[in-house]
Amino acid sequence: MNEIKFITQNIETKRPSTTQLLLHNFNFVVGAVILVILIINTVFAPLIATENVNQANPTQTFLPPSNEHLMGTDNIGRDIWSRVIYGGRVSLAVGLAAMIIGMVFGTLIGIVAGFYGSWVDSLLSWATEVLMAFPGILLALTVMAILGPGLSNVIVAVGVGSIPQFMRMARSSVMKTRELDFIDAARTIGCTDAQILFRHILPNILRPLIVLATLGIGGAILEGASLSYLGLGAQPMTPEWGSMLSNGRAYLGNAWWISVFPGIGIFLAILSINMIGEGFNEVLDPSNRQ
Amino acid sequence: MGSYLGRRLLTSLSILIGVSILTFLMLQFVPGDPVRALIGRQTVTPERLEEIKQEMGLNDPIPVQYFNYLKKVLSGDFGRSLKNNRPVLDAIMEQFPSTLKLTVFALILSTFFGILLGAISAATYNSWLDRFLSFFCLGGISLPPFFLALLLILFFSVRNNWLPAVASMNDWKSIILPAVTLGFGEACWLARIVRSSILDEMNKNYQNLARAKGASNWAILWRHVLPNARIPIVTAISIQFVYLMAGSVVVESIFARQGIGRLAVTAIQNRDFPLVQGTVTVIAVVYVISNTLTDIFYAMADPRVRLQ
Repeated sequence: MNEIKFITQNIETKRPSTTQLLLHNFNFVVGAVILVILIINTVFAPLIATENVNQANPTQTFLPPSNEHLMGTDNIGRDIWSRVIYGGRVSLAVGLAAMIIGMVFGTLIGIVAGFYGSWVDSLLSWATEVLMAFPGILLALTVMAILGPGLSNVIVAVGVGSIPQFMRMARSSVMKTRELDFIDAARTIGCTDAQILFRHILPNILRPLIVLATLGIGGAILEGASLSYLGLGAQPMTPEWGSMLSNGRAYLGNAWWISVFPGIGIFLAILSINMIGEGFNEVLDPSNRQ
Repeated sequence: MGSYLGRRLLTSLSILIGVSILTFLMLQFVPGDPVRALIGRQTVTPERLEEIKQEMGLNDPIPVQYFNYLKKVLSGDFGRSLKNNRPVLDAIMEQFPSTLKLTVFALILSTFFGILLGAISAATYNSWLDRFLSFFCLGGISLPPFFLALLLILFFSVRNNWLPAVASMNDWKSIILPAVTLGFGEACWLARIVRSSILDEMNKNYQNLARAKGASNWAILWRHVLPNARIPIVTAISIQFVYLMAGSVVVESIFARQGIGRLAVTAIQNRDFPLVQGTVTVIAVVYVISNTLTDIFYAMADPRVRLQ
């Protein structure tokens, strides 16, 4: 017994687990730290923000960053620091909600296509390819044209744009899973199609889809902020990074802080998620292992 | 090759039909009456509204309407802009050269720097330079174009007045900032692909043979690795072309530059639906065509693809 324990211990020290590798990966650790800080800011925004986000103050416009206003004030005297903190709420929520929409609908379409095959698959795959004929931002813009401006419409637009990637991944995972023995076993004991799909296949293919959704949040934040920047998303009163940046463009010459700080917010949010993804890649891809 | 070509072109055709169905259905999805979407906000009597419906064929069954729409689109008639009553196709054709110029300029920049940075990174694999470049490129693909544009304007136009921030047709320098904004992220993206394609090739056995025969690292890179890594790289570059085209939608709006992307954005802001339909269709068609050409190139360069 002791000997076996010794050997397994030895093997373990030679080949560290994925978690250990991740914790030693620069990209993963730094990305995760930035993301956790951003999430803490978002959750505790009411405690961290120093002022009401919409408190206009005509006597305190265009103040540069100082101890009182960490990131300065904007053209109508609102505190940028408070707005940037609250803006994180909006941007992260938009990214998360859009990915959930994309994942739910993409997965549903994908598992139906992969499970039933034949003409159902051909039709759904064709529809997905048609959606993919509209390059990213253009599809979101088209949806915005139909629905009209507004933050909730941004979520729908970005979510719809991400349906194809989830559909493709779900479809190919289902096609692999449905050939396995336990599916035949489930059918033998009389499970219906719906039971097989949702109780047996879905739990088995969910993990890569959740990873895809998590890593997609960065892109979703970018697209949501782009739409707000173009004036199609958040209303001017809502503290949203994209529209704050756009609002500050006119004052770039004398008050760079109005635009630059929200921009740094967007950049850090996207960078942290990309770094986490890169860390996963480096650890999980065997060709990267030395 | 012939059968692959046939299958591929058929797929593209079916996707183009799908694109036309989707842009047609767009009007049906708009909340409210499609007539309203087509005539804009002008006030008309209910009788006149009914007349317009009859004239435009909006009382026909949806499939009949679709075939009429398709017939018009195929003859180049996308209707007239609600804003200034100009034919949509004229407006698009007028703006297209500007977008093409910007896209090509950005493509040259991103291809040059993408291959250069990727090759340097791969050649110095795992050194501090490689690590720095890899991190730089990860940062580059995380930087939103509108934020990069802002930083560039702040530094080159506001602080130093070296380059113009607003585009104008007569000043050749005004294309530099938009092209850098558009090409920067793509260059970083390409550099990552070039790096990993080269590293994949470098791990193969024939590289060991070349090394055993005494070839230097650079000779191996230029004579053996790059020719073999060119297929994924050329594919990446042609994919980039369409991504840049899509990216111009945002970049043209930032720099108030003429182009089809800005045309699309202003059309959406004005809810000018014929113009939205036209611009969206044209960009999607260009996208499908260049994807098709990319796939065909891939199949010509790599025989294995044809059999799938």
